[in-house]
Parts: sequence; structure tokens; C-alpha cells
Amino acid sequence: MSSTRDIDTLIEMMAKLPGLGPRSARRAVLHLIRKRDVQLKPLADAMQVVAATARECLNCGNVGTSDICDICASEKRANGEICVVEDVADLWAMERAGVFKGRYHVLGGTLSALDAIGPEDLRIPQLVNRVQAEEVREVILALNATIDGQTTAHYIADQLEGRVTLTSLAQGVPIGGELDYLDDGTITAALNARKAL
Amino acid sequence: MEWHDQGILLSVRKHGETSVIIDVLTKAHGRHAGVVRGGTSRKLAPILQPGAQLDLRWRARLEDHIGAYSVEPIRSRAAQVMSDRLALAGLNCVTALLVFCLPERDPNAGLYDRTEQLMDLLGQSDIWPLAYLRWEMALLDDLGFGLDLTACAVTGSNQDLVYLSPKSGRAVARDAAGEWADRMLALPPVMKGEGAGEDAEVSQGLDTTGYFLQEKVAAGLGNRPLPEARDRFLRAFRSRIDW
Repeated sequence: MSSTRDIDTLIEMMAKLPGLGPRSARRAVLHLIRKRDVQLKPLADAMQVVAATARECLNCGNVGTSDICDICASEKRANGEICVVEDVADLWAMERAGVFKGRYHVLGGTLSALDAIGPEDLRIPQLVNRVQAEEVREVILALNATIDGQTTAHYIADQLEGRVTLTSLAQGVPIGGELDYLDDGTITAALNARKAL
Repeated sequence: MEWHDQGILLSVRKHGETSVIIDVLTKAHGRHAGVVRGGTSRKLAPILQPGAQLDLRWRARLEDHIGAYSVEPIRSRAAQVMSDRLALAGLNCVTALLVFCLPERDPNAGLYDRTEQLMDLLGQSDIWPLAYLRWEMALLDDLGFGLDLTACAVTGSNQDLVYLSPKSGRAVARDAAGEWADRMLALPPVMKGEGAGEDAEVSQGLDTTGYFLQEKVAAGLGNRPLPEARDRFLRAFRSRIDW
């Protein structure tokens, strides 16, 4: 039996992580072994804890370590606004910006004809229920500016029409963006969404 | 192997962390898939939205390899349709239906031209459903299930053709249908290129073409249901009709 079998297994598992390949996984594992006490052990402990406690929030679909996530549990966030996002990564991006003070709803994907993902595969019925139960005034559709994202946004708008104010994120020139480098679709969207100064 | 062509992007599927596999409809090479390296990048992702008109260069060592594309945008259609519910549903419907029923690498220049024209009409919601109905009729024709609307299948007359035989796809006159009338499909005037192309008639026509797509085309493809995107387009279209 090879004396490095366990290490090889760890490298193989690390190599499957996003952003890592076999070579970078080897470097990372070697680094962790060299810093066993200050990095490897705390990392292993943290992973063990997360593996045991991580779960989806029953209300919004966010990832946390309790049945109801901190955002849903906070009374301060119950301001009558729900921001609908495609994925937990999008929720984290919104939270990084620190502008939105309401609650979220994570759909878990978008409608996709190609992948046969229909409305029943997403958390759309739960969203409809929340709108009724939580006295929601506004639903902000913060879905990706892709064909699938906007198809999903229109579908949700159909489901919630007449029950609540529906808004969506603006589309256009990003901060620091130069027109010369933008694709024509973004320029078209920006021009269509122009506003008075 | 290498070729250069233009194409309409039908679908994009992630491949690994940074690449995508795209499916495009081209004039000279039919529906053709290939890898785009770096397709998830900030530069390429906005270009690779379904419906986009692309300049394509495909390379592979052997012809039956999936190969790799290098792509240049010609024009994007996504931005025009994203805020228009009907146009967005229409674009999804066309791309999903083409992926559903077209064989790979089987060129059809006529279908390509008609699809490009249909795509360029997206956003003109007053005429698009009618254009889409005509496109579906032509698609059935291309797939070998063309409708014969020239004369009655029973009498040979070309007068008062109001039904379509679900079996043969041929027109049937009102008087000739007899006791079978309730089993016939509707043949609204708009399908024969007559009348003003009212939405209600177009909707009836889409029921008829939908029957043949499901019963003839899909039946030959393992009896799969038609793409959900077609139903969504029909719902979006019918919601504007004042029945």
C-alpha cells in the first residue's frame, strides 16, 4: 500500500473543486500539510462543522446552519420587499453590495427548455405563498440578464400579476464600463432604459 | 477540417468551468454543435445568448469530432426581446423547436433563410405570430410532413376548404367532410394565405400545426412531448386575444 494514498485521495478530491485542477490541488495540499496546525486542522474542523450543520433555509432557500437563515429570522429585514435571485451566489453578491435591506427568495435555477427545467422544478410556488403570507409589497426580480433568466422573470411576473408591485433590475452600462468595449446587446438595453438627467 | 459560415445560436450548454458547447443553425452545415473555449468569460457570455447571429469558424481534426468554434458577433437579438414577453417566448419557442426536431449536420438553406427572417421580425408583435405560423408550416414541409392545402382530398375541389385531415394532412371541403367533420382539424383561411390574419385564426392554425408536430414529427423522435417553450409562447400569444 502506498504511503501517500490518503494524500493522493485528498489531492484528487481538491482537484474536483471549481477553479482547481490537479496541479493547483497538489500545491494547495502541500501548502496545507506544511501548515498543518495553523491551516489544515482548523480547515478540517470547519469543514466537519459545516458538513454537519449546513442546510437550506426553509423559507428562502439561502444556505445557513439553521432551518431559518439569519436574514429571514431578522425582523429588521421584514420591510415588505422580497428580492428574487437565481442562486445563493447571487444572494451573496447582493449582500456584498449592502444596499438591499429586505428579504430574499432563491429560486435554485431558471426555466430552461433545453434542460427541461419547468416551473415545478424551481421554488416558484413557495414564492407565491410567501407573497401572501408575509404581506409583501414589492417583489424585485434580480435575475440574470440572459434569455433563460428573463424568461423566468416573465413567468414569475405572470404568476404574481395583480397581487404585488413587481420590479426588475435595470440593464445597461456597468460602472467603469467603456462604450467601445460593450457588446451591442448591452448598448441597446442601456439606450432603451435611458433616464432623464 | 475547417469551415467558415454564419449561424443562429440555438442553445448554450456549460462544458467544464470555462467552456461551453453551442448548437447553431447554419446555412451550409445545418444544425451543428461545437465547443467555444472561454465561452463563460465576461467577453463571450453576453454574445452567446440564444438567437444571436454569429460569424463562425469551426475546426476539428476529423469531421465527426465535435470540434471547436471561434465566434464573432454579427448581431444580438437578446436585448431586443428581453423586455417583450411575447418576443422572448417566441425566440425560446423557435430555438427549442429547432433543437427538438432537426437532425444534426443536415443542411437546409431554405429553412435557415426562413428562420433568419423570422428571427429578424422578433419584436414586431403584431405580425410575428402570423409569421411564426407560416414558419411552422414550412418546418413541417421541410421535415416531410407538409400540408397539402391546394384541393379537397375527397372531391378534388378547391372551394370552401375548411378542414384538414389529421391522417393525411390534406385539405377537406366543408361538404365533403360529412359525418367526419368533428374529427377533422380546423383549416383557418390564414393558413391558405387568405383573410386579414386575425389572432384568433392564427391561434387556430397553431393548434393544427401543433397537432402534426406532436403526432407526426415527435412520434418519429421517440414520442417525446413538444418543448414546453411552445406552450409558453402559445399562452403568451393567447393572453392578448380578446375571445
